[in-house]
Amino acid sequence: MNRVPLEKKVLSENDRIAAELRKRFHEKGLLCLNLISSPGSGKTALLEKTLEALPKSERVAVLTGDIQTENDAARLRRFGFPVKQITTGGTCHLDARMIERHLADWRLDEIDLLIFENVGNLVCPSSYDLGEAAKVVLLSVTEGEDKPLKYPSIFFKSELLVITKTDLLPYVPFDIDKAEENARRVHPGMEIIRTSSTKGTGLNDWLGWLERGKSTATARAGTLP
Amino acid sequence: MHELSIAQSVLHTVEAEATRHPGAKPTKVGLRIGELSAIDPDALQFSFEALTHETELEGLQLEIEVCPRRHRCLDCGTEFNIRDFDFRCTGCQSTRNECISGDQIEIAYLDLEEHEPSTA
Repeated sequence: MNRVPLEKKVLSENDRIAAELRKRFHEKGLLCLNLISSPGSGKTALLEKTLEALPKSERVAVLTGDIQTENDAARLRRFGFPVKQITTGGTCHLDARMIERHLADWRLDEIDLLIFENVGNLVCPSSYDLGEAAKVVLLSVTEGEDKPLKYPSIFFKSELLVITKTDLLPYVPFDIDKAEENARRVHPGMEIIRTSSTKGTGLNDWLGWLERGKSTATARAGTLP
Repeated sequence: MHELSIAQSVLHTVEAEATRHPGAKPTKVGLRIGELSAIDPDALQFSFEALTHETELEGLQLEIEVCPRRHRCLDCGTEFNIRDFDFRCTGCQSTRNECISGDQIEIAYLDLEEHEPSTA
């Protein structure tokens, strides 16, 4: 019997493409974010509010992933910014090759903020690097406050937690302080923003976070990633 | 449920490696899966068996080593495993540390069996 050491990353092809994408984003000084949550946590609603609030001069673009339908892209296109739907046809996550393919006809030097809305899923998207500068995880108050403990990988790998649907807090047994404590147990020091897309609560905190991220990305343009 | 595509990718690597060793039969492939990798070892094992069923690779064993989440203390340099989300350094109790291992999905090795020359 002969043992051959391979020492190969299973997702090395994905990681290679993601690294190329990250390098391109970095050179252009654009901020790229990867939004991840369970289905129905309010990723599209948050993006609708975001695009509605941004000045028309803002150079923002969105790639939105779903297993089927163009519904989310249709919802987001109403605001006049470039939006493209990625339908994965069954795959439970976006991967770097899908991103590369869908970005092919966009001019990256005309974009300052590029947002990927991942397929609703807290597990699989955490394994696939898309070249983003940061992952953002969303958790709605209609879910369990122990989700960060049940899905530690994505909460650890995300830079920011956005708690959504806080307008429903009076009607659900969700302990928001406990949820934040759980998130910081998995990811000490994690940044957290509380929002309600319906009421507009916390939207300014979120827009401020985006603005700071964009400034950092612009300042770093052209330097080594 | 992305274990199926992970299993597919492992098999591509096995097939590519096997062509470099003509006449040898792959018998076992070893993976290292970090506990932060969001991979379920049972689902991966199941996908692997389903994909190799009735193929040339039928019977190829999959050995999965689950790797703990490991951090390095930024204050004293101690490396320690994280258990039950306790981030305190086992050396100096500091909570300033960085993750150095635990989200890997790696193929460690492939075992090959040389075919015995036919004696018929």
